[in-house]
Amino acid sequence: MSTSTDFEYRPTTRTGRIANYVDTRVGGSSIVKEFGRKIFPDHWTFMFGEVALYSFVILLLSGTFLALWYDPTMTSMEYKGNYVPMQGVEMSGAYASTLNISFDIRGGLFLRQLHHWSALLFAMAVAVHMLRVFFTGAFRRPRELNWVVGCVLFILAIVAGFSGYSLPDDVLSGNGLRIADAIAKSVPVVGTYISMFMFGGEFPGHAIIGRLYIVHVLIIPALILMMIVIHLFMVVVHKHTQFAGPGRTENNVVGYPVGPVYAAKAGGFFFIVFGILAAIAGSTTINAIWNYGPYDPSPVQAGSQPDWYMGFSDGGLRLMPGSWPFSWEINLFGLAIPLAILLPLIPMAGMFGAMFAWPWIERWVTRDNRVHNILDRPRNAPFRTAVGAAGVTFYAVQMIAASGDLIATHFHVAVNDVIYWLRALYFVGPILAFIIARRFCLALQRKDREIVLHGRESGRIQALPHGEFVEVHEPLDEYRRYKLVDFQDHQVQPARANAKGKITAGEKVRGRLSHLFFEDRVSPVTPAELEAAHGHHEPEPVAVGAGSHASQIEK
Amino acid sequence: MGDHRDGNPHKSGAVVTSDGAELDQFPDPGLPPHRPRMTDVDSKAAKRAEHQVVLLFLLSVIGSVIFFVAYFGIRVDGPLYDAVNTEPTAQLRLQNLLLGLGIALGMFGIGIGVVHWARTLMPDHEIVEQRHDLRPESERAEAQSILNTIYDESGVKRRPLLRNTLIGAAVLMPLPFVGLLKDLGPTDLKVLRHSMWDEGVRLVRDPSGTPIKASDVTLGSAFHVIPENLTSLGHEEGYLNEKAKSVVLLMRLDPDKVNVSEGRKDWNVDGIFAYSKVCTHVGCPIALYEQHTHHLLCPCHQSTFDLTNECEVIFGPASRPLPQLPITVDSDGYLVARSDFHEPVGPTYSQRDFAVKDMQDEAN
Repeated sequence: MSTSTDFEYRPTTRTGRIANYVDTRVGGSSIVKEFGRKIFPDHWTFMFGEVALYSFVILLLSGTFLALWYDPTMTSMEYKGNYVPMQGVEMSGAYASTLNISFDIRGGLFLRQLHHWSALLFAMAVAVHMLRVFFTGAFRRPRELNWVVGCVLFILAIVAGFSGYSLPDDVLSGNGLRIADAIAKSVPVVGTYISMFMFGGEFPGHAIIGRLYIVHVLIIPALILMMIVIHLFMVVVHKHTQFAGPGRTENNVVGYPVGPVYAAKAGGFFFIVFGILAAIAGSTTINAIWNYGPYDPSPVQAGSQPDWYMGFSDGGLRLMPGSWPFSWEINLFGLAIPLAILLPLIPMAGMFGAMFAWPWIERWVTRDNRVHNILDRPRNAPFRTAVGAAGVTFYAVQMIAASGDLIATHFHVAVNDVIYWLRALYFVGPILAFIIARRFCLALQRKDREIVLHGRESGRIQALPHGEFVEVHEPLDEYRRYKLVDFQDHQVQPARANAKGKITAGEKVRGRLSHLFFEDRVSPVTPAELEAAHGHHEPEPVAVGAGSHASQIEK
Repeated sequence: MGDHRDGNPHKSGAVVTSDGAELDQFPDPGLPPHRPRMTDVDSKAAKRAEHQVVLLFLLSVIGSVIFFVAYFGIRVDGPLYDAVNTEPTAQLRLQNLLLGLGIALGMFGIGIGVVHWARTLMPDHEIVEQRHDLRPESERAEAQSILNTIYDESGVKRRPLLRNTLIGAAVLMPLPFVGLLKDLGPTDLKVLRHSMWDEGVRLVRDPSGTPIKASDVTLGSAFHVIPENLTSLGHEEGYLNEKAKSVVLLMRLDPDKVNVSEGRKDWNVDGIFAYSKVCTHVGCPIALYEQHTHHLLCPCHQSTFDLTNECEVIFGPASRPLPQLPITVDSDGYLVARSDFHEPVGPTYSQRDFAVKDMQDEAN
């Protein structure tokens, strides 16, 4: 550029000179040109991903502060700090330094609580963002790989949470590690060695806190950061999805430019998320480790339960009967296999596997390999919404089971009964959720049809000449109407023979799934139908809001 | 409803289809007309919005000031959570609250201010941008020809030996780093077998370390017990590791109400039974004792063990009874162990059944 200097731009202002200096050395103009007015569609559900990103940034900030004072050592010491109930107690350096952060560092308690609340919100926002992406079909081509990146981020969020939760080395987190130790040991043959490697020998040993520390502050955050970069890079490449609506097509993006509107809204939202978390962290105690005491293998509190994102795994363990109708510990070739631990892990792994693979499962069943930049309203994809509801129910039943004892004590019922009911729901719940969610979707779709065909209820009652009273229905304007009719419904794709004229077993399964998903469906209203709905009854006077109530009455 | 089929004779009646839906769609009416906001048409409203934003930014400044007032103004002097002097604890709570609220206000002021600015004063015209093909065919063809050139110039095709030896070397090269992980932990599983219990080791209270006379253990009482030799073990010598295997619950039951199997007749002292406190499910301490039902309950996953039947599992996810510690009394009348447990305590691991066999052979 500067070699062929026919013209060298000379800025006149100081800011201009600095900008020009940087621009001629890093090529900033092209970045501004690419991103400065890039369009982002607006919808409130698109904020969940932002919440996840922002709470992660807050985690990095608060975590860095905590690392300045936290001491990841299991070397034992006598506590000499400010907190009276623990004075003189023998404890690990990790626990002592966590007490110091809470009680001796000014603002330390706020930072600890900010970090913990942010972690809970991070995992929550990732989960809700995933649900949004799932239920609106945003994972479809070309975004399948980004969905996978998102799934990896969800798992990383769980690992980050668990590893951080264990660092204070208190009784509660120590019991969590004890459970992790037992789950590792349950793996046939190699499990015992995995456990010995994790803990540097027997549980609890003197190694685990230092190892979890490096996992928690370096390995996992680095992986999460890397995944976030890939995730956002792909969002830029794909451009954001948008909901259907007038003027919005598969080939355009309608929304606000990054500069200034979107940047201001998204940037401002970071401060709002931070503000909410700061208010919670200042006012609401979380993980009061000073009440639990340093880790000791003997005590444990009744009603102990993990942070919410680990709840499903703990609940799965609680639901499995260990000795009914027979002992689920078997001996295979001399090896003890604790099926009571391993069996509940298999459906959990299956659920995560299905989650990763869903974009391809859906493509296979629907035979839909088109590019989708327009999102589905969840009701307009009843099959997917139903599958999602079943998955959420399966997850929720296990998460609720993790609080089975608290439900029992709060509602004065037997803990055994709570578990029996949840065991039944573990199997029946997802099926019921599938059926109910699909019925809801179909009903909502029919309601949409109703509104498009006959207009919306105006609340005005009109007396007809022959004495009948009817409610006047107002027709929709074309923009509102287009929002309700612009979607594609899938149809049953029966099993088809392949090139050799044979219907393979896999194709039969696909055909059956296609029937299950799409035999009940509601199509969008067509202009002809609207015409017909208006046509076969006497026209209303426009002045009172021409509707189509007559067809309502006919029914 | 109108002319569309409502219901399917085979199915549930939810089928609603339109004939020729694909051919006959509503035309896209295009973007709805832009509706101006108050601030677009009324300069007073715009001025008002501007003032609101400024006010919010000033609130943020106040929030930061509150933070520093709380940070320097509130003194937390003296012991915390002290039963006598509760003043410093209250000060700490107040300080924590105000630090949080100060930062929160500082953040909210900026955040809500900027968003309000964007929503009221920045243009709200929606802009349409076209999407482009993610991979235009021309670019694909060009990329492919570049890759072919790279492939050819590298000579991989003409000199396969280069490629094959490189793959071999690259596969082997990371293995040393895997090997370096071997010393993460010892691989001798024998440590998992034995606890510090042994013949003649006294049962002492956890954590005081005082020995227990049989007469101390009244009907219905429960003791949290550790072996006496554990109390002299330092933390650096593996105190927690040993404690994790040796914690025991001690209870007296009515001997007439307890089923005792043949080999365990002399394992209890007049109805005083000692059981491992470590759950056989995933290793939580069994901390709850229901006196009237004689059940032990694990607070983590609610595994329930029946004391009257040698801690057989009657509910929950545990698959094995709790190991029993054989006990007797010594010449001074204190409770002592007859031996170690006859099986490894705690959760199952693959090699456990070999250990059980060896330990029972040892015991007999």
